[in-house]
Amino acid sequence: MASTLHDTPERNIPVQRISTTTPMSGVTSHPGLAAWSLGYREWLRFVRQRNRVIGAIGQPVIFWVFLSAGLQESFTAAGTSDVQFLEYFFPGTMMLIVLFTAIFTTISVIEDRREGFMQSVLVAPIPRFSLVAGKLAGGASLAMAQAVVFLALGLIWGMPFPALGLLAGMAFLLICAVALTGLGFILAWRMDSVQGFHAVMSVFLIPMWLLSGAFFPASNPWLAWVMAVNPMTYLMAGFRWLLYLGSEERIAAGTPGLAVSLLVSFAFCAVMFWASCRIAQARVRGDVRS
Amino acid sequence: MRPSPAIVISNISFAYSARQALANLSLDVASGEIFALLGPNGSGKSTLFRLLATLIPLQQGEIDILSISVRTHAVEVRKRLGVVFQSPSVDAKLRVWENIRHQGWLYGLSGRELTTRGQELLAQLGLADRAHDSVETLSGGLRRRLELAKGMLHCPSILLMDEPSTGLDPAARYDFWTYLRQLRDEHGVTVLLTTHLLEEADHADRVAILSEGQIVACGAPEELRKEVGQESIVVHPIPDHAKQLAAGIAQRLNVQTRTIEDEIHVTADDATATIASLLEQFGPMVSELRLGKPTLEDVFVARTGHRFWNRPADGDSLDAKGRANRKGVRNG
Repeated sequence: MASTLHDTPERNIPVQRISTTTPMSGVTSHPGLAAWSLGYREWLRFVRQRNRVIGAIGQPVIFWVFLSAGLQESFTAAGTSDVQFLEYFFPGTMMLIVLFTAIFTTISVIEDRREGFMQSVLVAPIPRFSLVAGKLAGGASLAMAQAVVFLALGLIWGMPFPALGLLAGMAFLLICAVALTGLGFILAWRMDSVQGFHAVMSVFLIPMWLLSGAFFPASNPWLAWVMAVNPMTYLMAGFRWLLYLGSEERIAAGTPGLAVSLLVSFAFCAVMFWASCRIAQARVRGDVRS
Repeated sequence: MRPSPAIVISNISFAYSARQALANLSLDVASGEIFALLGPNGSGKSTLFRLLATLIPLQQGEIDILSISVRTHAVEVRKRLGVVFQSPSVDAKLRVWENIRHQGWLYGLSGRELTTRGQELLAQLGLADRAHDSVETLSGGLRRRLELAKGMLHCPSILLMDEPSTGLDPAARYDFWTYLRQLRDEHGVTVLLTTHLLEEADHADRVAILSEGQIVACGAPEELRKEVGQESIVVHPIPDHAKQLAAGIAQRLNVQTRTIEDEIHVTADDATATIASLLEQFGPMVSELRLGKPTLEDVFVARTGHRFWNRPADGDSLDAKGRANRKGVRNG
């Protein structure tokens, strides 16, 4: 006969009496604390997934080492006398690290929804900008940490970045990280499969990076036009300008100017954050999963 | 007299594209009661749960929780709700305590208050010694306890639970109901849960039975069962004789019958005498006969005219379990 609630003879694990020392009261939510919680969680998840640690920094390093080895002899950046591919590609690889981290972090939006975690966040008494801020802060800080590790490798290798440039460049890279994590968040929010996000990454995000001046400078007019309408071009250019602060002669010809790069980059970052907050207000099919 | 309502649902309707999930449904849940929404899959109980949890927006009608409108003040409502979902909402990559801390931060708890409250809950739910273990290492039952701890962490006035017994063994269910009663009795927490388990709904103070997006019965389980009769007789005829047998029983024994698929449900004041007459007059046409106290399934059948479970072969169906306390007589 099937067991029922009535005929269970004993409890196997005791449940203690509820303490009366804790008052039953309402709560006052703190948007900043909620954002911190979500951002901190991204770090915990990152360090518990070794393959993510390896993939996020290992792949760009492999790209940098092998592509540079292959192209080193046949490349000199236009308008410079001695910037070879190893050096030219280094800031581009840092941007790739930021982009990859943004992608992996925002994939968690899809996973959180699929695994059910997101629903507990959506019913918490927090504004949606807390959710966005937490995800973006977590993703951007992870990206920065990995970029710093890679930068340290580059400095050991002998990359000629001035000290002031390092400070200014990394500060600007944080803006780039927030912007790209925001872009990933926008793309991920309405998606219900990680496979779909990988498809977007392949046909949209990676080409965006390739056509940003990270891998090669604009070499012909039509390519220059395509790159000019790519916001990542200005992230990349702004990063180069600031990283070489005081050594601007090492910037390749055709790179957008510093002022326009900063202007477009800050605007892009602001738009991505705003759009992320807007899209997070939207309910998606995954919110009503059984 | 029941206490004032904690939840007031007024004339709500909800549709997913062309499919109507809820149709003009109204309901009050009293403060400090354990209330069950009972219904088969697709009856609309999960949609109602999501509306109450503010996970999806109202389309028509109004819901007030503790006199606060869900439509206009969702964030205020959320502060007062504890929500336990049917699907897991814990982060399996985190440790038990990390999940609790995360939940506390989302609800504005921190420092000593969070630590004390979290430790108390883990102790109450038998998870204290697993606080630093990864959630991935917990059994299904312990994960459900963690879900409950998350839902109760901020001391909500109302606890919403979607199919809370899913994955729990009978002993764990017993613990779970003990805990719910403690919450109700000692802290006046109002508990609203959805379930498709007939026996589980029997433990609630009141139950609303849903079918096709509407409430077909609402009240204390005992009252609902009384409406059906003191005892319930279910007759299985031999193949292809259901209509003939039902008509014969109703005519000759002067009782009410209802034919549901291959079953004949008989309502009679004196069940024992009815069975004796029935077997005497129609014995060769009876394949199986069961006598028992009416269950909530009988209430459902009486109100809707169809069975709770359309496919009795469904594995975990309470169709079979709900009849476990009935006496069976198999002919031949």
